[in-house]
Amino acid sequence: MLTYIAKRLIYTLPVALGVSIVCFMLVHIAPGDPLTSVLPPDASAQLQAEMRKIYGFDRPLIVQYGLWALKTLQGDLGVSIATGRPVAAELGKALGNTLMLAVLATFIGFVLGCLFGFVAGYFQNSWLDKLASFVSIIGVSVPHYWLGMVLVIIFSVQLNWLPATGAGPGGSADWAWDWVHVKHLILPAVTMSVIPMGIVARTVRALVADILSQEFITGQRAKGLLDGGVFRHVVKNAAPTALAVMGLQLGYLLGGSILIETVFSWPGTGFLLGQAIFQRDLPLLQGTILVLAMFFVALNLVVDVIQSMLDPRVQRA
Amino acid sequence: MSAAALDSLATIEKSPGYWSGVMRRFRRDPVAMLALAIILGLVLMAIFAPWIAPNDPYRGQMLRRLRPMGTPGFPLGTDELGRDMLTRLIYGARLSLLMGVTPVIIAFFIGSAIGIAAGYVGGWLNTVLMRTVDVFFAFPSVLLAIALSGALGAGIFNGLLSLTIVFVPPIARIAESVTTAVRKIEYVEAARASGASSFTIVRVHVLGNVIGPIFVYATGLISVSLILASGLSFLGLGVKPPEPEWGLMLNTLRNAIYVQPWVAALPGAMIFITSISFNLLSDGLRSAMDLKA
Repeated sequence: MLTYIAKRLIYTLPVALGVSIVCFMLVHIAPGDPLTSVLPPDASAQLQAEMRKIYGFDRPLIVQYGLWALKTLQGDLGVSIATGRPVAAELGKALGNTLMLAVLATFIGFVLGCLFGFVAGYFQNSWLDKLASFVSIIGVSVPHYWLGMVLVIIFSVQLNWLPATGAGPGGSADWAWDWVHVKHLILPAVTMSVIPMGIVARTVRALVADILSQEFITGQRAKGLLDGGVFRHVVKNAAPTALAVMGLQLGYLLGGSILIETVFSWPGTGFLLGQAIFQRDLPLLQGTILVLAMFFVALNLVVDVIQSMLDPRVQRA
Repeated sequence: MSAAALDSLATIEKSPGYWSGVMRRFRRDPVAMLALAIILGLVLMAIFAPWIAPNDPYRGQMLRRLRPMGTPGFPLGTDELGRDMLTRLIYGARLSLLMGVTPVIIAFFIGSAIGIAAGYVGGWLNTVLMRTVDVFFAFPSVLLAIALSGALGAGIFNGLLSLTIVFVPPIARIAESVTTAVRKIEYVEAARASGASSFTIVRVHVLGNVIGPIFVYATGLISVSLILASGLSFLGLGVKPPEPEWGLMLNTLRNAIYVQPWVAALPGAMIFITSISFNLLSDGLRSAMDLKA
């Protein structure tokens, strides 16, 4: 067990290093000089050179990377060019909002996905299976930003039941778990949950079908095991993989929240990323992407370790 | 013996290969055939857009902005600049399909090449290639696409480039694992023992066995790519106005949901229909080829 965790950890380090290099390079693949967005177009050559020195763009790439990585490890993600505030501070609040949304969406998606996937796999090739499979294929095929718009049209524009955008009456600063705020969360969370719902349902269906076709189930049935007992075996065998898929989906939702947050003006990391892109605020873009990607790398590690604890067969594979 | 009897004899003698079995199973799958028909219809619509579309996709009139569906002359209404929705939806298939399908096709070739090379050669080449792939695979796909096109800036080429980079790693991973599995099968060893060169082995024995699974996997990525490509344009990355593209149309019509909600939702429905068709087609291919994963 411990050797597996150690091995997995050692494998993660170069990946994390690579991810940080890609994030670092983002600023450098951007066309033009990262300074052009802060400086007026008629800035003198002297001012340009000075600013370049302040931001450190005059040194060799490898030195820039080293200094940047050192600062990043200390929690300093630089300063937003557009607002002048530290990137880490801007990110902190947004990350909380996105996490809340993504966790809720993953939970809804996981519960529904397991339900649909289990029904489909258990009653294979029945009309229930066809219906559940159809729902799950819609889940993986629907452009979720469009689904969000359609839900806004139905529940905000036409029925006027739920608010269309934002995270509460007073902006994002004063989130509270009361109805006034929670009703802002419903539409984005439901929209977001469709993706993990479809993927979990497809995974669980395949898992359940596979487990039910195995000989030990037939054997147990022959010995008189009732459906309830079979159900327990199926759950025990399917749970590790299903939970792993759920964990990864949480990471995908965190990283991919930009589209849904744009539709609902939800003040999370995706919204921040959108701002960073349109104001050409490269430090903010770089910092946000780095944090989200590193979160995903860490989540992958945690998911693998938990999965191997639940299911020792994984370690041998 | 009659001609018909001869014909039937001929079909019996010709042993049907793997692919003809796949094709037979595929043709018998009504859902997959329907999906294929829809996709072909969309492709034809994209190619012949200038002949089918009733109006000019760029010319609008401020006097007839945001007309509802069923307006005479504008069966699907008009957009926020008074342009014909039906025409723009038809023309939209061009850029939306191009932006969605091209990255997967390019990534299919690059990813397969990387994966097969890594899987067949093994050793240090495998380590270098696959660890690099792992780094890009460590990003959630939407995040990577947005990071790259956000840094590179809007535009069709940058959008295509970003999406291609997103889809190379998953395809390379599949290609590597399938190739590694095939390499260990005895007939590859037998071919090597009989003096076949590496190139011949890859071309004759490996490629034929690995390309099918990689291809099916890649077709499954097309729907993701379509949603992502239109998503980039929806965010203002990717295609720029006034070009008709479904994701971009959805973006510019977002403010119109209080005036003409269902007209505003139309471009998304097109993305949905296209993406679900590609998913159903891919599922059909997968079960016809009897692949599990």
